[in-house]
Amino acid sequence: MIETLPQRVNGDEALVRRGRYLTTTFLLEVGPTAWLISIFEGRVVTVVRGPFVMPSSSFALRAPEEEWQKFWSKRPPPGSNDLMALIKRRVLKAEGDLQVFMANLRYFKEALAKLRAEEAEQGARA
Amino acid sequence: MSARFEPIIGRYMHLDLFGRQHRVYVEQAGEGTPLLCLHTAGADGRQYRALMNDERITQRHRVVAFDMPWHGKSSPPAGWHNEEYRLTSAQYTTMILEIMAALELDRPIVIGCSIGGRIALHLALEHPERFRAIIGLQAGAHVDPYYDLDFLHRADVHGGEVAAAIVSGLVGPDAPDSERWETLWHYMQGGPGVFKGDLYFYKLDGDIRDRVARIDTRRCPLFLLSGEYDYSCTPEETLGVAKSVPGSEATIMKGLGHFPMSENPAEFLKYLLPVLEKIGRQDRP
Repeated sequence: MIETLPQRVNGDEALVRRGRYLTTTFLLEVGPTAWLISIFEGRVVTVVRGPFVMPSSSFALRAPEEEWQKFWSKRPPPGSNDLMALIKRRVLKAEGDLQVFMANLRYFKEALAKLRAEEAEQGARA
Repeated sequence: MSARFEPIIGRYMHLDLFGRQHRVYVEQAGEGTPLLCLHTAGADGRQYRALMNDERITQRHRVVAFDMPWHGKSSPPAGWHNEEYRLTSAQYTTMILEIMAALELDRPIVIGCSIGGRIALHLALEHPERFRAIIGLQAGAHVDPYYDLDFLHRADVHGGEVAAAIVSGLVGPDAPDSERWETLWHYMQGGPGVFKGDLYFYKLDGDIRDRVARIDTRRCPLFLLSGEYDYSCTPEETLGVAKSVPGSEATIMKGLGHFPMSENPAEFLKYLLPVLEKIGRQDRP
């Protein structure tokens, strides 16, 4: 699913426009699985699955898989509906140069929420 | 298409607060029992726009909301440009009592959200005789910092953008888009360091955990309404206050978040109107 991030983000013109001054690479850890995600001027250009020997990134977001699954559910329960909610519960660790993350917080929240289950997908699975 | 005016009237009031001259913006609508509204950290009185526009409330209440100094259309006091703004419990309490006196509000009902809900607990404890009833929205006794507050005020992070981005997830999932983004716009408009300065009260100075159990609801009724999706002041924290204050009434509002009166007024009023009716009945024994 995370591999679909480029099309989901880059297809949202307004999100890309808001991220036009953002160029960075960050590490996303979903339980034991690591992903390096590169953004160039607001567009997600590469998503590479680990494991990595020496990954370079500006910052990392790390949470257990079940926490990300709740965050990415169609209607996340209270406490799982937002990156800051996960951070408040101390289940999401944000580490590294967090200036990039905080200066573009709306972008990162909305980009990662793009992975949320869509109604159509829910219907297909039901 | 014709223009339409809301019934809200806004004026600027000059008054002395903490020994300094202040210019404070005050809005009012309706007639009857005074209902004084306290906004959240980093926002302003516009959060109560729906209450002031709802006849079910304004028929029986004089609804008053002021922008705290440094917020909304209120100015910071002269000399602000070399100061770091920091809200304390003492200043916040003084401000509310002075503004009540200036507006001649006789034993108002006070309704406050977030920092306003916290100071409502302080008022319930220290000045119960001054109020007809106290309604705390998203009111908890304490919140631990859960992010580095310095990010709210530094040159390489846009203060308005980050403030709104931090609180955006506190809006409940059912909020209409127009009200959600109106609520966040207020955060985007905050002055540099103001949200951070309010959080000094919310996360440090205003901690009332060791005293909250001393609130006596026989002297002033206390109602607590909290949104289910608030992870800043969680339902558990509000229920914790309710448990330690005998006679208080707490309700968790389904689907709502940290800004009930602003993010989703239609749903919020379903919870607020019965509380105001109850206060009205108690007031006319």
